Amino acid sequence: MDIFTLQDFYTYTKGITYILMVLILVGMTGFWLFLTERDEDDYE
Amino acid sequence: MSEATVGKISPPSKSVYTPFNVIAGIIIVIGLVITVLRFTKGLSAVTNLDDNYPWGIWIGFDLMAGVALAAGGYVTSAAVYIFGMKRYHSAVRPAILTGFLGYALVVFALHYDVGRPWRLPYPFLMQQGTTSLLFEVAACVALYLTVLFIEFTPAPMEWLGLKRARNIVVKLTMLLTIFGVILSTLHQSSLGALFLIAPAKLHPLWYSGYLPVFFFISSIIAGLSMVIFESSLSHRYFAHKMDETHIAEKEGVALGFAKAASLVLAGYFSIKVIGISADNNWHYLGTGFGLWFLVELLGFVALPCMLYAIGVRDKNLTLIKWTSALTVFGIVLNRLNISLIAFNWYLPAEEKYFPHWMEIGISVFIVTVGLVVFKFIVTRMPILYEHPDHKGGH
Repeated sequence: MDIFTLQDFYTYTKGITYILMVLILVGMTGFWLFLTERDEDDYE
Repeated sequence: MSEATVGKISPPSKSVYTPFNVIAGIIIVIGLVITVLRFTKGLSAVTNLDDNYPWGIWIGFDLMAGVALAAGGYVTSAAVYIFGMKRYHSAVRPAILTGFLGYALVVFALHYDVGRPWRLPYPFLMQQGTTSLLFEVAACVALYLTVLFIEFTPAPMEWLGLKRARNIVVKLTMLLTIFGVILSTLHQSSLGALFLIAPAKLHPLWYSGYLPVFFFISSIIAGLSMVIFESSLSHRYFAHKMDETHIAEKEGVALGFAKAASLVLAGYFSIKVIGISADNNWHYLGTGFGLWFLVELLGFVALPCMLYAIGVRDKNLTLIKWTSALTVFGIVLNRLNISLIAFNWYLPAEEKYFPHWMEIGISVFIVTVGLVVFKFIVTRMPILYEHPDHKGGH
């Protein structure tokens, strides 16, 4: 994408960052499950 | 320490001429000679510092990395006293000791680096630059060193039999922990914020408006990893000084801290990627510095994140121990990248800074002094065991 103005810059970088955030939220949930999958239920 | 708890593992030899003592002795003698040179001939005699690099490894390693690696004190005491994770209680005293020594050595190292070290108290006495980040760092480090010293004092007080004074200090534990967390949050982040003044000098991949956040989050990782690293070394060399509680809690501390470190590393990796995105720095990733950045990000953030997670899932303490060393190295690399390697990145190679051997000598000397003092304290004071007169009393 060509960037000429500050508006262009933020539209582009915010757009990419929002997509990344969705991926991170999904990824972190998966990572949490991976990390705690074999935990013993200490608190129940 | 009760008789019942000692002697399971034979104590080290009584001879003064152990390999550790001999090597440490040689390093300290060399360090003292360089110290004399530094304070009689000036900075130029022992350093390669110049106008492009007024800060060398005494700041990049001794201070930047030193402060990050000393974060175990606030991380552990916050986990135990604020978040109530009492199962990690045995890790508090070694972490506080490591933190206290770390900060004390940072201040010690600073005396070598600043031109006129006798003026170190000046920020508090006779200047008006209270809006300076360096003032904030100086104030927080001075205050936090004091807090760590007070948090550490119950151990020597128990050793010296000063019960009343010890009981007064123990009552202040929660207050000191809260102070410690606040002060650490402030100055860990401010060390990163120092570089916000140099957007043109620091490579865009390392420069970010989020630098204070990066420094603070990575200090938590450094603190957690240092506790695991220090604990594994202590179990190797000071096992004869540990009581049953310490030995019994060892696995839980390593697994719990590794899990926390893994999760924080995942978060840190995420915000680093967001940092690239927010500044639209993707195109730099294909350059030489970009590859070096990826080595740091993938090799010393993403990799330890996954290794910690696998170590926790498999309860593999050996993997966790080695991962903590990898992570600690990664934090040191990050601080060196920001303060030296990616700093003045556009300069031709011949104008780049490389430390003088005597600068490295002083850094090794300071780490050695830390190890000697750590050994002195751990072999005498109730750090790895509870004093029999104060069982469960702190």
